[in-house]
Amino acid sequence: MSRVTKFAARDPGPSVRMAGFIAHLRENGLRLGVAEAEIALAALTHVDAVHPDDSRRVLRAVCTGCKEEIERFDDLFDSYWMDMGRVKQRVTPTVSSAQNDDVHSSRDAKGKEAGASGSATAPDSEDGEAESDGTGKLIATELRNFNRRDLRDLVRPDEIAVAEEVARRIGAALFDKRSRRRIAARKGDRLHFRKTIRHSLASGGEPLRLLRKRRPDRTRKIVALCDVSGSMTVYAQVFLAFLAGLMRVDNAADAYLFHTRLVRITDVLRDKDAMRAIGRMSLMADGFGGGSKIGPSLMRFADTYAKRFVDGRSVVLILSDGYDTEAPELTGLALQKLRKRGCKIIWLNPLKGWADYAPVAEGMAAALPHLDAFKSANTLVDLAALEKELARL
Amino acid sequence: MTWINLKSRLAEKGYVASDDLAVALQLALSLGRPLLLEGAAGVGKTEIARTLSQVEDTRLIRLQCYEGLDAAQAIYEWNYQRQLLTIRAAAEDGETGKEVEQRIFSREFLLERPLLAAITQDSPPVLLIDEIDRADEEFEAYLLEILSDFQISIPELGTIKAVTRPIVILTSNGTRDLSDALRRRCLYTYVDYPDRATELAILRARCPDIEARLAEQIIGFVQKLRQEELQKTPGIAEMLDFAAALMGLGIADLTEDPAVMQSTLTTLLKTQSDQAQITREVAGRIAGRAA
Repeated sequence: MSRVTKFAARDPGPSVRMAGFIAHLRENGLRLGVAEAEIALAALTHVDAVHPDDSRRVLRAVCTGCKEEIERFDDLFDSYWMDMGRVKQRVTPTVSSAQNDDVHSSRDAKGKEAGASGSATAPDSEDGEAESDGTGKLIATELRNFNRRDLRDLVRPDEIAVAEEVARRIGAALFDKRSRRRIAARKGDRLHFRKTIRHSLASGGEPLRLLRKRRPDRTRKIVALCDVSGSMTVYAQVFLAFLAGLMRVDNAADAYLFHTRLVRITDVLRDKDAMRAIGRMSLMADGFGGGSKIGPSLMRFADTYAKRFVDGRSVVLILSDGYDTEAPELTGLALQKLRKRGCKIIWLNPLKGWADYAPVAEGMAAALPHLDAFKSANTLVDLAALEKELARL
Repeated sequence: MTWINLKSRLAEKGYVASDDLAVALQLALSLGRPLLLEGAAGVGKTEIARTLSQVEDTRLIRLQCYEGLDAAQAIYEWNYQRQLLTIRAAAEDGETGKEVEQRIFSREFLLERPLLAAITQDSPPVLLIDEIDRADEEFEAYLLEILSDFQISIPELGTIKAVTRPIVILTSNGTRDLSDALRRRCLYTYVDYPDRATELAILRARCPDIEARLAEQIIGFVQKLRQEELQKTPGIAEMLDFAAALMGLGIADLTEDPAVMQSTLTTLLKTQSDQAQITREVAGRIAGRAA
């Protein structure tokens, strides 16, 4: 742990090392620009950069932007500066190219160069000997799990196009909520003083024309949680296409997958290439088609992400059949917690379309009292038909 | 000034900062960048700005964000009533329209709100933008202009450049995700609940005449209570209230009188279900373990 990375003697200097570190962070998913490298260097001049702990604190303050990033930062820092996580080059190219195909090629190339061969003597290396071969590729954590299923087999591009249309219509149907801020409007409910006075100058100070302002409507934010456990496999095709479509038409929407745990897939689905988005999503959804823990997943959502992404303007869509391997009470509690954030909750259950269906699954029964709407949906056509019903919420 | 120096100066004013926070503050001061603090309610995010302004011996300008906050309340507003009166008076004096316009859109008629006030001070103030997550996304965009250039454009008046750069501290409780653009412009620190030793130091700093044994018990109790499944985890502010309540009642030992302790728990537990969950037995058990 205390071993500091020994960079090769031919290393051009600290600025390149810092660029390499920023590139290393970027490869691991932190969103950093060119400016950060500059600030990071400037910031290091304000502390005693030879002490790893001080440098770590400084770089953490500069390079991270949210709690999750802070949690990951220590590992990333260690892997670059503390000679951990060093992996032979032959093993890694596939990993980095598969995970980073959205990174601009020029940046990527630069980052790789700096990260891989940008190696120099460490500040405290006593022998001055470059013992590292300088060709290793750095990755912080080994997250791969080979038990995964490629969702691309399930979803076809033309379906996404249809789903986009459906998602657009559902988004439009959800009743808009009014903002509290006022903007200029012809038929407003309040006087717009600033504009009125401005205009009154033309008539010598007499406010002849009264300009008005009103509260504009704001669109509802859709938050979709999709169950991809074993029992939902047959419907996954429809729902995943729907999620992909939703993400592409609605910039404010938010999407999650859950089976035995919960993954946020919003950023992944925003990829411009729809199929690549699905591909990346399947990388994240390992455990797809396995067991389902609806209650714990929803609870985790209510405890973490919901605090940031769900507010009174949100509509939470849960796409699940309600078959849970965990205690049903948890589902009820989670939904109750979620309700307190002021959002609407809509549960779309593919089984509800069946004749004689009754929500006897314990999880489903526990959830019912907390729902604003409980609808059936198992095809895109069904989803499109929801438009009218959702408009009434 | 190094961060260790800053940390001890903060401690003199009664704020016990973690090393991470001290480094981030030091960087914010020396790089002139805004500092974004996130963390649960009641961990001392707002307090740090107040203490920093004392340490730097400068003004604290606070902008409390809320939903619907807009430029008129955050940046500037024209004094419309005065403008109207002036226009009327000018008409009687026979001033021309051009002159009047010049006059009523001058600094004299401008009502300064916190953000404008912050950049027009003679010595750099501490600007605290509190609970930025409560303001809506549109307001973030306004803020970005100010945070990146430290200038405000007023259409009628032109661009007002900062006389001095304020030390900007933003706090967020994480009720909404902030935009990447805003996060990028700021240094970032997550303020967590303090560990036992730190919290004890905070309590000692704030209540110097508390008995050592009681202080240990209070901190032990609160630290244990945070591990319970509560809707609202008690923060540092609540802990200080709790200590003040116990001292006010003249209690020297937490385990001494369960009934009195239970009644002081109102300072720590802020929802009905939390109060129902921590019954007298549970509280006694936690206090016993903490002691």
